[in-house]
Amino acid sequence: MTDPTTEPTDPVISTPRTRWQRVRDSDIFWSYSHSPVTIIASIVALGLILAAAFAPWLAPHTPFQPATVNLMDGFTPPGGESLSGETYLLGTDDQGRDMLSTLMYGARVSLFVGFSATLFAMALGVSLGLAAGYRGGFLDSLIMRIADVQLSFPAILIALLIFGVAQGLIPAARQEQTAVWVLILAIGLSNWAQFARTVRGTTMVERQKDYVSAARLLGRHPVALAIRHVLPNVLGPVLVIATISLALAIIEEATLSFLGVGVPPTQPSLGTLIRIGQRFLFSGEWWILAFPAITLILLALSVNLLGDWLRDALNPRLRK
Amino acid sequence: MNAPVLSVRDLVVDFPLRRGNFRALDGVSFDIARGEVLGVVGESGAGKSMTGSAVIGLLEPPGQITSGEVHLSGARIDTLPEEQMQHLRGKRIGMVMQDPLTSLNPLFTIGDQLVETIRQHMPLTESQALERAISLLEEAGIPDARQRINAYPHQFSGGMRQRVVIALAIAADPELVIADEPTSALDVSVQAQIIRVLKELCQRRGTAIMLITHDMGVIAQIADRIMVMNAGKVVETGPVAEIIRHPREPYTKKLIGSIPTIARSGDAPPPAPEDSAPAFVDVRGLTKDFDVGSRVISRLLRRPGNVFRAVNDVSFRIRKGETYGLVGESGSGKSTCARMIAGLIEPTAGRVVVNGMDVWSVSAAQRARSRAVQMIFQDPYASLNPRWRVGNIIAEPIRVLGLARGSEVEDRVADLLRKVRLDPVVMRKFPHEFSGGQRQRIAIARALSSQPEFIVCDEPTSALDVSVQAQVLDLMSELQSEFGLTYLLISHNLAVIRQMANDVGVLHRGVLVESGPVDAIFDHPQADYTKMLLDAVPDLAEVA
Repeated sequence: MTDPTTEPTDPVISTPRTRWQRVRDSDIFWSYSHSPVTIIASIVALGLILAAAFAPWLAPHTPFQPATVNLMDGFTPPGGESLSGETYLLGTDDQGRDMLSTLMYGARVSLFVGFSATLFAMALGVSLGLAAGYRGGFLDSLIMRIADVQLSFPAILIALLIFGVAQGLIPAARQEQTAVWVLILAIGLSNWAQFARTVRGTTMVERQKDYVSAARLLGRHPVALAIRHVLPNVLGPVLVIATISLALAIIEEATLSFLGVGVPPTQPSLGTLIRIGQRFLFSGEWWILAFPAITLILLALSVNLLGDWLRDALNPRLRK
Repeated sequence: MNAPVLSVRDLVVDFPLRRGNFRALDGVSFDIARGEVLGVVGESGAGKSMTGSAVIGLLEPPGQITSGEVHLSGARIDTLPEEQMQHLRGKRIGMVMQDPLTSLNPLFTIGDQLVETIRQHMPLTESQALERAISLLEEAGIPDARQRINAYPHQFSGGMRQRVVIALAIAADPELVIADEPTSALDVSVQAQIIRVLKELCQRRGTAIMLITHDMGVIAQIADRIMVMNAGKVVETGPVAEIIRHPREPYTKKLIGSIPTIARSGDAPPPAPEDSAPAFVDVRGLTKDFDVGSRVISRLLRRPGNVFRAVNDVSFRIRKGETYGLVGESGSGKSTCARMIAGLIEPTAGRVVVNGMDVWSVSAAQRARSRAVQMIFQDPYASLNPRWRVGNIIAEPIRVLGLARGSEVEDRVADLLRKVRLDPVVMRKFPHEFSGGQRQRIAIARALSSQPEFIVCDEPTSALDVSVQAQVLDLMSELQSEFGLTYLLISHNLAVIRQMANDVGVLHRGVLVESGPVDAIFDHPQADYTKMLLDAVPDLAEVA
């Protein structure tokens, strides 16, 4: 028999590295720094998110306070001088509101709804998927059949339905305040199924693994097993779906607002702005439609590209 | 003497990776003559399979041959363009891969696949090719080849499929067959048959065979010469018997020294005390039925479904501080047994009593609190939660069972890590930072951390290289004597059982066909199945 100490002492304890060195050395960072599209997408997305988040401080005007808006400045073209002698970088809309500021505030609403709805869908989908995959049996069938039914309709129809029913239950006087939250609920509920399906699948694989058996031998409660052991191992794909689902949620919100069922006109989102803008497209004031539309495209596209990259980077089989 | 079939000179294969160049093969040279079997052995990562891939020009990118030459029957082939290499593969070099499940296309009959391969390389008509296919299958040892030629791969067993793959490999009468772990996925009894088929083919047709395997026993049975590889280099080459009996290089000596043998070597474990000694573990009439193919409707109608009896009335006892070995081939029900005894799968019938407690009469939490049973699993890559730090993995039983609190937990974990000969610093690492052997030690530390008296070990070393296996088995023996542990050792490897166990049970299709002291059963097997199993084991000791 051989001497047990002859196995090479692990190289892992030899070189202490700083956190930054480890990040810089990681596969994720490598694949990021070797994909120009991803770098551009992340810069665009980050720029839009920051501009939206800090809109109250960064925006040149406060477009939704009637006192600061000059009706005389309406329909000023981008870069042109208005009647009151001000220049607006992206022009103004029909009521003389600065387009740039409107966009920043609009993106703020869009992103807030998008992020919140995705978080809600994720929380719901992951819990239901984990429960279905871990428990199996009747609960599994019930949850997954509901998901199947829901996935057989376009998400936008589901959201419309939920939004309509929820608004019907809320007294008209309060609808304006609650509209954003109802919208988040509607979009979230129309997107949970993707999360649930993925998490259920990975959970069913993970729960068969022996580390779960080892914990079962300790008599741990099934809920503790599912949350402490299985959950951390099924979150990888969730991150990818969350990113792609964020882009979808933003578009879904824009679609609903475009149709006029989303956020109230007092706090317009990108979709609302597009709806307003399309009225002026054929009378020559193109910028009122074009800039919100371009912003929406940039936002959705960059987030989507990030999601695609993340999916590839986290998949070792596609790694070069 | 004419030119060797395959001649490799100073082969260097590099993988230019972003973290620098990885030299997978470093100056590998060897020859294989007509009708000769060259066995290539080494542990995982030694470069055995890489050598095979380099010869047939199928290196995974970004791998590339940096220098060296490969000659097939005197002609250089490593510089040939891809189209000509494609023609070479199959025609002049045949391949047999490890997994017979994936090397055949499940959508085509084996006849289609053979005929296609034959006609691609030989100018034959459809019916001539079919005749040839049938005779090839017969040659590879498939009975009723004419009837079975229209069967699909799933209609064959693993061993039969591997014969079909061999028939495919020799379809175009190649000069060289490269067999990469051809028997590793098969049971020992089937392995013996496949080895015989390969050997006969080689002798009859004069085909040169490059046999890549980690199993020294297989090489000992079939090969003429051995090439030992380690870390991309050839350690030594020579005739089989000479290398096995008089290895020159320290690495070869270590490799051969760590292979357990089914012949009794060295000290036998102390003779078992009389049966009057109380059994620490008592397994009685253990039975497990699995429902197969019972449909929803028949379940609703409460019709009895199709039942598969995986374990049938298994009974044995283990005395305190001893090891009971359970052997069997795949599908024999040994893992199901292990899980029922550990408390993971509920038995259909029977009792498991550990230290006076009926395992299945109490709840899972009570069972855990009694700390009666722990388990070590086969695959150290799946048995440690990849998202947990090693320290937490080992500490979980201590925390959950409340055996210690606060800083005491960490002290205990450090202590356990030292016991399995790992530096306590590794507490902060994640499982993926360790090798297979190190992971298995972490798994042992976790099993020990709840201070059990009885540990079920389900194939604890079958995923490990032989030298690592030796270390883990040594560690298990030492811990057994230190803590007075009782083991149930499940293994398909008879040599491991012989080395470790006091008593042994042989499981065949869910039935315990034989049970008793190790020496008695290995030296004088009673059951036919046990005899067959023992005969089939390729053993180094047979090379005389």
